[in-house]
Amino acid sequence: MRDAVCSALLSLFGRHPFVFLTGDLGFQALEPLRAVMGEKFINAGISEQNMISVAAGLAQQGMMAWTYSIGSFGYARPFEQIRNDVCLQSLPVKLVGNGGGYAYGAMGPSHHALEDYGILLTLPGMRVYVPIFGKDVQSIVERMAVSTTPGYLRLGRCECPPGYTVPPYAPWRRLLAGRGTPTLVVGPVAGSLLAACLAMELDVRPEIWGVTELPVRNSEMPAEFLAIVRQHRCLCVVEEHVAHGGVGQMVAHELLTMGVPMDALLHAHAHGYPSATCGSQSFHRRESALDAPSILRLLGLGS
Amino acid sequence: MERSEGEKYLKIKESFASLRSAAVRRLMQMHCDSHIGHIGGNLSCLDTLLLLHHHIMQHDDLFVLSKGHAAGALYITLWSLGELDDSLLTTFHADGSRLGGHPLSNWHPRIPVSTGSLGHGLPMAVGMALAKKLRGEPGRVYCLTSDGEWQEGSNWEALIFACHHRLQQLTILVDHNGWQGFGSTTEVASMADLAPRIAAFGPVVTSVNGHDPVALYQALTQMNAVPVQPAVLLLETIKGHGISFMENRLESHYLPLDKAGLELALRELAGRAGS
Repeated sequence: MRDAVCSALLSLFGRHPFVFLTGDLGFQALEPLRAVMGEKFINAGISEQNMISVAAGLAQQGMMAWTYSIGSFGYARPFEQIRNDVCLQSLPVKLVGNGGGYAYGAMGPSHHALEDYGILLTLPGMRVYVPIFGKDVQSIVERMAVSTTPGYLRLGRCECPPGYTVPPYAPWRRLLAGRGTPTLVVGPVAGSLLAACLAMELDVRPEIWGVTELPVRNSEMPAEFLAIVRQHRCLCVVEEHVAHGGVGQMVAHELLTMGVPMDALLHAHAHGYPSATCGSQSFHRRESALDAPSILRLLGLGS
Repeated sequence: MERSEGEKYLKIKESFASLRSAAVRRLMQMHCDSHIGHIGGNLSCLDTLLLLHHHIMQHDDLFVLSKGHAAGALYITLWSLGELDDSLLTTFHADGSRLGGHPLSNWHPRIPVSTGSLGHGLPMAVGMALAKKLRGEPGRVYCLTSDGEWQEGSNWEALIFACHHRLQQLTILVDHNGWQGFGSTTEVASMADLAPRIAAFGPVVTSVNGHDPVALYQALTQMNAVPVQPAVLLLETIKGHGISFMENRLESHYLPLDKAGLELALRELAGRAGS
């Protein structure tokens, strides 16, 4: 999705000039943006705290500012800067974090972002955007650019299955119709689940939805989604994020607050590092039962 | 020319004495009424805030108080400019007040950003100066840090960035009073001498007596006349300046001022004014 965000920002820059600050990241991805933006493309160096506060200072002076880093580097080290300088002062700084979830694989836990949006959403005004497909990025960047709130864009690796037609962007979308357990997915992990379900019978496969903008109460839950949850009295939530502060908890809270009767909430989420070893994104997903076979078993569809 | 300069300095010196006297009295009264401490660090930088706002800053200039615990000195300075009503000062630290113990943004044009946690103001000021540079706008951004605050890594990150981008629009002021929350800066984490350490990153660092209005005026005007990247002014100051029982005392960082202390301080000030 790095290329997608580069293209989207290139398109945006021509219409709404902004300042782009990177924490010394973007090699073989952001060069086209650097070439076009000139002095407004700034490599802030390996100094994430300063990068965020500088972006806040730019925003305070009325300039749109985007920052870019690896997800964990961009929110964890400068959390106080995001809290005090950006969110508590209502400055619309846009944060881009690459490598959501386990996307950096064997690079190790320092490079993984498993708790990013749960933590960031505790801050006033913060909005989080988790694209499911590369195609979502353009729409999201446009929405972030006109938003008056701080925003965090969590990038991953597009895992759109071959032959799948991506539905038009919306904060809530039906990704695949089915008569099985309604399943709400966050981010690119939807791709592997879709790939596993596309060939299944409509009567059997789960009804798969995607939510892209957080917190979930930021945009109204579609009536159709709610009707299906009411019908099944059950929901499965899949996210490459720890349970605490994740969409599973957010949605459960919303549904209970809305008085939607529920018998069960199934939750596939990141479990951290159960074996204390490193590996690919697929390896970590398997360890967290976030791979498609494990999710299908959770839904009662696998052996 | 020399004569007119001399007259100007004399005028600044004379007007500053009465300005400072009124400001210190009101500051002490405000802190006493609200039972709030942090007086020592307010008194060490008050002279600079007054001089800067009354004699140096122009319409397009901005000021960031990175040592946010000196909020009282900032409020009193704005009051002295007629930009903060006296009735608001009585709300200092009160429920529902905008005058918190550390400055809040988004309500007063002279307080562009909120500060409080040390090591934030300077990087934000760098961003504001960068905005001026990128847009070719006039004006400078003045940022006042404490000296202990330079123990924060983010300040050094900001200094590297500001020097690399040659932000001539930025003036960094360091209130070098030698004290921090739980000891002297030398005892806690000595960075003596601070000036060459900062200078090693590239900026020209000038030291000045932070309680001498004419010296402050001269230093700031000279720095502004010859834009360098960025300018740093090390203010040699005294914590609790002007109140004998507060000067260079750690207690003046936190402890509030009771009525007896206020009366003693006011008597000292009156004696000084009369002498």
